[in-house]
Amino acid sequence: MIRVVFLAQLREQLGCAGIEIDSTEVSSISELKQYLLERYPEWSEFLEQKKLLIALNHEYARSDLPLVSGDEVAFFPPVTGG
Amino acid sequence: MSFSIAIQADDFDVGAEYARLIEHDKRAGAVVFFVGRVREMNQSRVVSGLSLEHYPGMTERVLEQIMESARARWELISARIVHRVGALHLSDQIVFVGVTSQHREHAFQAAEFLMDFLKTQAPFWKKEITEQGEVWVDEHQKDKNASERW
Repeated sequence: MIRVVFLAQLREQLGCAGIEIDSTEVSSISELKQYLLERYPEWSEFLEQKKLLIALNHEYARSDLPLVSGDEVAFFPPVTGG
Repeated sequence: MSFSIAIQADDFDVGAEYARLIEHDKRAGAVVFFVGRVREMNQSRVVSGLSLEHYPGMTERVLEQIMESARARWELISARIVHRVGALHLSDQIVFVGVTSQHREHAFQAAEFLMDFLKTQAPFWKKEITEQGEVWVDEHQKDKNASERW
């Protein structure tokens, strides 16, 4: 399974904190995004925001990185701490 | 000599953090620290409080990486980052960044560097409680510019 996490404003926009996806369905972060857009077309406005950041297993990641079972992918808006 | 981070709901005591930074240390001639607080006005909104969220697991890791980068660039003896999460009220303390070094240039620069990267890299998100309701804070271009100068 691949765990997908949505944080902060994005979680509220999607109305979803996270989902699990079978690792046979997607093999990279970009495929995962495509899968989400097909499955949840109502999320496209929010998931396609240019400023959205992605992390793979708690590290900032680019969308061409491969995924394997047990991975955690997070999508979130620009950070505003401090 | 100690380097540590903390993410916590509880308030922090600046005096205790300062004491921790200089504990058992005879070399550090310079101590610089910064405290960020919840301010009343932000982007012309009247703020009565904040809700601060983080990404457990990643936020700690990013703060440790930022601290490692600072240690690689400057001669630091100690450094400490404390960042609060959860519900905060007007005038509450949000963040503490403290560094010690033999000389002040290193301490001043490292403290600024830590804050600049904390603001642009560490996964924290602020939601303001205002008279008009709850508003997620937007990223600031000036914070990005500040981190890009390093």
